[in-house]
Amino acid sequence: MKAYTRRDFVRISAACTGSLLLVPGCRSKRGRWFFFTDEEALQMGAIVECLIPTDDFPGAKEADVINFMDKQLVGYYRRHQNTYRVGLTRFNESCMQRYGKNFNELDEEKKNIFLKLLEENKLDGESWKEFSSAEFFNLVLDHTMQGFYGSPRHGGNKDYISYRMLQLDYPLIIGRNKY
Amino acid sequence: MANKQVNAVIIGAGAGGGIVAKELATAGLLVVLLERGKWQTYNDHDNDELISQRTSALKCPFGPDNEKYRRVVPDGKGGWRIVLPNDWAYGNNAGCVGGGTLSYGAMAWRFMPEDFAMKTTYGTVEGSTLVDWPLSYDDLEPFYEKAEYEIGVSGDHTLNPFAPPQNKHYPMPPFPYNREGKMLEPAARKLGLHPFPIPMLRNSVFYNGRPPCIHMRTCIGYACPVNAKAGSQNTVIPVALKTGNCQVKSECKVSEIIVDEKGRARGINYFDQQDNPKTQAADLVVVCASATETARLLLNSKSVLFPDGAGNNNGWVGHNLQDHAYCGAVGLFEEEVYDDAGPGACIAVNDFNHHNAEIVGGGLLANEFIRQPYLFSGIRPPGNARWGKEHKDFQREYFKKHISVVGPIQEMPVFENQVAIDPSVRDYWGIPVLRVSGFRHPKDFEGCNFLASKAEQWLKETGAHTTWKVIPGQRAGAGQHQAGTCRMGNDPKTSVTNRYGQLHEIDNLFIADGSLHVTNGGFNPALTIMALSYWVSDFIKKEWKGTRFK
Repeated sequence: MKAYTRRDFVRISAACTGSLLLVPGCRSKRGRWFFFTDEEALQMGAIVECLIPTDDFPGAKEADVINFMDKQLVGYYRRHQNTYRVGLTRFNESCMQRYGKNFNELDEEKKNIFLKLLEENKLDGESWKEFSSAEFFNLVLDHTMQGFYGSPRHGGNKDYISYRMLQLDYPLIIGRNKY
Repeated sequence: MANKQVNAVIIGAGAGGGIVAKELATAGLLVVLLERGKWQTYNDHDNDELISQRTSALKCPFGPDNEKYRRVVPDGKGGWRIVLPNDWAYGNNAGCVGGGTLSYGAMAWRFMPEDFAMKTTYGTVEGSTLVDWPLSYDDLEPFYEKAEYEIGVSGDHTLNPFAPPQNKHYPMPPFPYNREGKMLEPAARKLGLHPFPIPMLRNSVFYNGRPPCIHMRTCIGYACPVNAKAGSQNTVIPVALKTGNCQVKSECKVSEIIVDEKGRARGINYFDQQDNPKTQAADLVVVCASATETARLLLNSKSVLFPDGAGNNNGWVGHNLQDHAYCGAVGLFEEEVYDDAGPGACIAVNDFNHHNAEIVGGGLLANEFIRQPYLFSGIRPPGNARWGKEHKDFQREYFKKHISVVGPIQEMPVFENQVAIDPSVRDYWGIPVLRVSGFRHPKDFEGCNFLASKAEQWLKETGAHTTWKVIPGQRAGAGQHQAGTCRMGNDPKTSVTNRYGQLHEIDNLFIADGSLHVTNGGFNPALTIMALSYWVSDFIKKEWKGTRFK
């Protein structure tokens, strides 16, 4: 039997710990998301980026709003899973039907026009039979605002992006700083 | 092991129940105070807008929780849908020791004499069950004073020419105005209005062993880190506990009041902290569970003499549900008006509470509590985009450059606006849940349009370059100001309790909360609920003879 030296032990421990640290990078078997598939996340990213676009300040995508949604959809918002899953399918169908392309491949103008139609229930076709497109849109819009303006602890508002945009100081007085 | 019989069991440790517990325990009665929620403090939560009692996007931090509670509301298509406590339509009131008073905005309004005599003042209103209270402002005045001293109010009623007669000054001086208040004050004077600092159930100086306010941005919707905000949990309930006569049982969910075949209350059934069914026998029962939950408990308490629920043989329990039709206006300014001094609301006028031509009643106007970023994302002038570049530009430009002035319009009581028991939906413990339904009276909207236009005028005079009105929806609400479901009255045919909160038909069953309100005033109701609870307690103490009731 091989006798392990102290140095070997340290090396093996380090190797184990090292690989353990890599595990959270791959959260589920499906990809890097708890709820979304990679394709869903791609489309959702394109949607939220239109809802709060990047200008001289980062928009919803960079603020990690998708991460907020993904995290909440397996937590507090478990009850909205169906609306997201079915809604995104209908969303893709409608977009394909109208433009022959996926939403993320459209130019900015077309994206905004399409979202406006979605918001106002003006998409034709049979697609939206479970619930109206406006219902889906309103839910996504509300969650986008929560993800962008809510506390970073819920997965969005990365690095307090929106608070910095609004120049809402992080209070430094003890007892006032648990934001 | 069975619970020992006590003199009084009190259900709900909010604004009403805490006071009843303290009054009865100090009078020597053995009391058990049951509360469905937990003891909570500031340290149990973060200052998180998404988990606050005000926006409660993810959940209600101070209860009730989304996993165990349900209600049913109309779905707008002729059917019903289930809603969770953090949904606006649920109409929740916090479920924790202290109830709403742990996380409220803490405005400390006395109703005006006219608020107790609405029918005498305004006559009959078609489609409304508007009547006078069976008690007057003068009856309640000493109890308002007691609440102001025992819970603790900061303010100065002499600055308000419309303030009802008040025997004693508030125990603490008023709060100074924040930046909004300093801008609104001269403008109000120019319009001939009479602005003054809002009386608050919040310490402006050291009082009752608790320190003054430190002006948190996150005040309303949160607990106070220094306990400057006064609720029943840090004032009367500790006093009750100190007597040794009171036991607080938190996380106990009461399912029914036991009424015997002679029509007297014998105690209550509840589920304890481990969800085991238990019974608490008592000489008298006081229900202080809020206008929605008190009615639910009565309706769920069926017995031989009361097949439709305790005290409900006339079918009035759960009816006349009222809230406040909150309306007002928002104004946009060139310069910054935000100064981060919480809670924000500080200045009010009572010029429009009564005697306005063509409307019935009215309401106060005050500047709104601080709007946090997510809440502000929903505040937009009509026609503005809710998203895209327009949203972001507006958010950035006006977050610190807007003022909102709002007020609660006194709603006309409507019999059909009600909470009732849903035939099939039950909560986690199997207790049937409430259906909340109804529509606001047309008069409410006349009031809203009137008050909102006054708010708009005030903002314009203050220098707003853009203003718009905010008018509430048609659906009857059951928000934190919920009231009226077990109204008091002298006629047993058209009311649930007598003028002392004692059920007409069950003489050892009392109510002490907002459900008693005949009308709900044009004011935040917390202080009136507190005064009424002192009033009801006073009657119980006088009627209590030795070891038995009566």
